[in-house]
Amino acid sequence: MKKYVCNVCGYVYDPAVGDAESHIPAGTAFEDLPGDWVCPVCGAGKEEFSPEE
Amino acid sequence: MQQPFKAVKVTDNVYWVGAIDWGLRYFHGYSTERGSTYNAFLILADKITLVDTVKAPFRAEMLSRIKSITDPEKIDYIISNHSEMDHTGCLPEVIETVGPERVFASAMGVKALSEHFHLDREIVAVKDGEKLSLGNMVLTFFETRMLHWPDSMFTYLVEEELLFSQDAFGMHLATSERFDDEIDRGIWEYEARKYFANILLPYAPQVTKLLEKLSKLRFSIKTIAPDHGPVWRRDVNKVLDLYSEWALQRPTKKAVVVYDTMWGSTGRMAAAIGDGLKQGGASPKLMPLRSCTRSDVATEILEAGALLVGSPTLNNNIFPTVADVLTYLKGLKPRNLIGGAFGSYGWSPAGVEQVWEALTEMKVDLVGEPLKVKYVPDSGSLEQCVSWGASIAERLKELCGRETT
Repeated sequence: MKKYVCNVCGYVYDPAVGDAESHIPAGTAFEDLPGDWVCPVCGAGKEEFSPEE
Repeated sequence: MQQPFKAVKVTDNVYWVGAIDWGLRYFHGYSTERGSTYNAFLILADKITLVDTVKAPFRAEMLSRIKSITDPEKIDYIISNHSEMDHTGCLPEVIETVGPERVFASAMGVKALSEHFHLDREIVAVKDGEKLSLGNMVLTFFETRMLHWPDSMFTYLVEEELLFSQDAFGMHLATSERFDDEIDRGIWEYEARKYFANILLPYAPQVTKLLEKLSKLRFSIKTIAPDHGPVWRRDVNKVLDLYSEWALQRPTKKAVVVYDTMWGSTGRMAAAIGDGLKQGGASPKLMPLRSCTRSDVATEILEAGALLVGSPTLNNNIFPTVADVLTYLKGLKPRNLIGGAFGSYGWSPAGVEQVWEALTEMKVDLVGEPLKVKYVPDSGSLEQCVSWGASIAERLKELCGRETT
């Protein structure tokens, strides 16, 4: 599963880790994050993320 | 021409050319009892460079300070480390006056500046780690995203070992003194803490990462020139240490009790809880919201281990001042707090229940159940408040003990 980087603040969403703060369990692919999920660091929406190169 | 305002020499080739806002008391909701400064700096290199500007109404003061050492039209470069309007408010007019060869900002800064000012000239984006030659001197740029805006960056002047740190290491403090060693330490330490708590706290994990990055880069930093408050030349290491400590938000025995009251009942509960906390070995700080601002509360939270919030019920709702402070604190994302909710009510305990919900949302580790009293507390319910306070003090002692072992 691919990691995604927030274009605004540089936070990296790692599917292997998930996002405990938003109750996203480890193993959740970026594509499967709910539509209203936001960057835990800066609050940007999913559309601000790009696949990590 | 004789200038009313003078530049202040910071290092051999760097001058402070900012402005002092003695009357500022309200900074987007942050109470600034001691006013503030908007710092801008001029580097007298082969390429004369202005680092940041000031809030719009202070443009003439800044230009006058610049004119006291050089003709503003001789400025070659302008660097914008942070796009917020207290540092860029007069940037379009200053660009107009100065006619610089180039204006630089981070990639996110270029976006933010264009969305603020809709400029018709190019702002050059610099990358993290990029260097810029000023002829006889060199600048290095570091992105510091979300410290505290996406555009934020640091600029390091290699030859003078000087870090222009925009809002980081800053404080709202109007003084005619420009350096840390000229200001009472108790005052600067309080104002630096208040600034961290109210501006940087949501990004505390990034502060930790940035400090690690800076120490890995092994830059020698002799001077830190922030965009507000004094320039650090004596206590550079001290302020770096304070930042790394604050960013960790280690639990302490301090318990902040924040509340408002309608007819004194929630207030009496708060006083009894405070006594219970003290009897149990904690250090309570009571903050009635009629006398304390939201930014005072945030300042106290930074070095606390517990947050206890009390609200009466007004019209089946949380008391508005309490909702205000909870909204504010939620955005600041304080970490490692235990807490509780309390309050008096007449027929509906909605106030205290909404406090409980808000604290849950803030991920405060809640102790026990919400403490509710109908109408006016009697001696039995005050006793209950005392023992509730004491039990929270016990938890704090356990947590602090665990930290130190």
